[in-house]
Amino acid sequence: MRRTEQTFDTEGVAVPLELRQVAERAAPVTLAREHTLPLHEALQPFLPDGVLARGSVVGVRGVGATSLALGLAAEASRAGSWTVVVGLPAVGLAAAAELGVDLGHLALVAVPAHDPAAWAPALAALIGTVDVVVVDGRAPLRAGEVRRLAARARERGSVLVPTLTAELAAGRDPHPHATRDRGGHHGRGRRDQPIGEWITDVTLTAGDARWEGLGVGHGYLQRRRLTITAEGRGRAARPREGELWLPAPGGGLARAGEASAGARRLRVLETTEELVS
Amino acid sequence: MTPVRTLVVWCPDWAVVAAGAAADEPAAVVRANRVLAATPAARHEGVVSGQRRREAQGRCPALVVHEHDEARDARAFAAVAAALERYTPRIELSQPGTAAFPTRGPSRYFGGDTALSGAVATTVDEVLWEWGWAGTAGVGVADGPFAAALAARSAAPGAQVVEPGGAPAFLAPLPVTALDRPDLADVLVRLGLRTLGAFGALDPADVVARFGADGRVAHRLARGLDERPPATAPPPRHLEVAADLDPPADRVDVAAFVAKGLADELHARLEADGLSCTRVVVTAETENGEVHERVWRHEGALGPGAVADRVRWQLDGWLNGPAASRPTGGVVRVVLAPDEVVAARGRQLGFWGGETASTERAVRGLTRLQGLLGVDAVTVPEPRGGRGPGDSVGRVPAAAVDLGEDRTPLPSVAAPWPGRVPPPSPATVPVAPAGIDVVAGDGTSVGVDGRGALSAPPARVVLGGRLVGEVVAWAGPWPADERWWDAGTRRRRARLQVQLHDGRALLVHVEQGRWWLEAVYD
Repeated sequence: MRRTEQTFDTEGVAVPLELRQVAERAAPVTLAREHTLPLHEALQPFLPDGVLARGSVVGVRGVGATSLALGLAAEASRAGSWTVVVGLPAVGLAAAAELGVDLGHLALVAVPAHDPAAWAPALAALIGTVDVVVVDGRAPLRAGEVRRLAARARERGSVLVPTLTAELAAGRDPHPHATRDRGGHHGRGRRDQPIGEWITDVTLTAGDARWEGLGVGHGYLQRRRLTITAEGRGRAARPREGELWLPAPGGGLARAGEASAGARRLRVLETTEELVS
Repeated sequence: MTPVRTLVVWCPDWAVVAAGAAADEPAAVVRANRVLAATPAARHEGVVSGQRRREAQGRCPALVVHEHDEARDARAFAAVAAALERYTPRIELSQPGTAAFPTRGPSRYFGGDTALSGAVATTVDEVLWEWGWAGTAGVGVADGPFAAALAARSAAPGAQVVEPGGAPAFLAPLPVTALDRPDLADVLVRLGLRTLGAFGALDPADVVARFGADGRVAHRLARGLDERPPATAPPPRHLEVAADLDPPADRVDVAAFVAKGLADELHARLEADGLSCTRVVVTAETENGEVHERVWRHEGALGPGAVADRVRWQLDGWLNGPAASRPTGGVVRVVLAPDEVVAARGRQLGFWGGETASTERAVRGLTRLQGLLGVDAVTVPEPRGGRGPGDSVGRVPAAAVDLGEDRTPLPSVAAPWPGRVPPPSPATVPVAPAGIDVVAGDGTSVGVDGRGALSAPPARVVLGGRLVGEVVAWAGPWPADERWWDAGTRRRRARLQVQLHDGRALLVHVEQGRWWLEAVYD
């Protein structure tokens, strides 16, 4: 046998004790902030430390809630984490792909409408096996179940994203519990609207949507400016507010400041063209 | 040290043979929606392995499609294995369709490798003749199972003998794809190493440094060596596990149930010793003293489930096989003996994508969900291409696809779809569009005429008599006349984007005078 082969043939070779001790001592200590998933740069200002912390519960509601929930998962998904969407059968997959979610790491779960007791075990099976679980905020989960699921997520390092979609989108939701909607406010980012029984670490509320690109009889929807309000517990207790392009032109996600600079440039160009003509 | 001289019998497209298809009718076996094996008649029509089922049916409309069933393959192959028992009791099975045995003893008895391979080819042909598949199998003799398998493949139909010591020379001109590691082969070809000889000429240290443990195995194979350096000591006897059945089992499921427990026990013992098993001998004995023994081999390690499956296949083939070889009594004893063990170093995860740790965990979770909620409850996206927001990405049950595999869409998906709604796409697409009404300022429903012009500008969107919102901006109508060539599935609609006073935006369409809410830009 060649010497090189013997070098790599470690079968039956006992590792000396000293070497093992050195390995233990040199093993890196994992800091709490390393237990995180990557997050899109545009969303970083809204979450504590600018990261998606493993084991946290991030609530999403308001107009644009579905896009926002998908945007939260996008970077992690691109880095190889799996995202599972539970109970939002109408989620637009083309939009998910445009927001940056890797469709090869996405699965959709439909919980049978006739079996409200199936939600908790289904979520429990996912927590710990996939990194991001987006769950319908209208799921008929009791307070105790929600608490247990959140504790399980904290222990196993999955991120839970309870999402309360706009009413019009959910109005045709085949789930009977969707009829529990309160009021006629079309889910327009009311900051007092609870997301089921969920006690979130951070809640992102999207509102004040302003679309650009659509005229009266011409153009097409190009991008939407959204105001995002983040509030929560602990490190996220101080409310933050900011603006996002969600979707940005082409379907992505961008900070509103930069995108508006581009828009100004665009406007300048148009006027020069007008001058020339 | 040269590897053990081995004879390999290879039956091409075994899965279709086992499915009961005739060689002259177009038939194929599919697994996870991909063609796994096809008859010569189907191949003649352009069906190839790895093709999607729909594509194969497109090329050959008369194609008879069978679902893949591993147990059926193994059961059918038991007849071939039984016929080979005439030459040696030690038949090694890696997968249905391929059988191997060391030739040292049989070759001397039958008068040389050439005579032996000729005799084996005739025997296998006799078995295959009963199914109408005579003259398809290949027989190869060479140093080591890898070279012998390739010799069998290149010889099929017929027999080929590679002289002792001639394996490296035989392997050298073959393409690197013969290693059956598509990702590695892809990289090697791009590095300019197109043949096994060129790959084998690399320094082993360099290969290990770049391609890891799996690359090392491939490199050893390419040089005509054994997969791994030969083990110096036989596996310890205490690893063998046995179970006595009382009363004797004459049904497969009873014996298989016992085998499951045995496999778990074997696995626990191996684990305690830090070993994993790559080859296991399964022996079954009946009350009348008949013994049935098979060697099962697996390139990776055999887990408890895999061992239990193999025991079930073997017993199924024996107890329900041809009457001539069927035992006269029930099974009273099942013995599992690991024949080849290696140190368990964990499985090296793929370097070129493929199944990663996170995918493995996700698959576990999703499989559990399928058990809880039903197989159809879990779906995964499949890019398909299309004009509407709900058409471009479809959904398929997770059970129907291999989640670990790279599911890159076909190029046709990315092709331009004239008339598609421009991105950004809506984030909410109801599974079934809901009836809605788009009304003009005077309260009448807006219509679209044959030339694609609106009867009046839309002013309000109404749902079930309730006002959804005032329209502040809109664009369209964008006509989409889809599948006009097929009266059954033809759809003619016109889409409209509307923005409401409260900032929400909708995609609606009109079809035969009725408005539908297709998507919400949520």
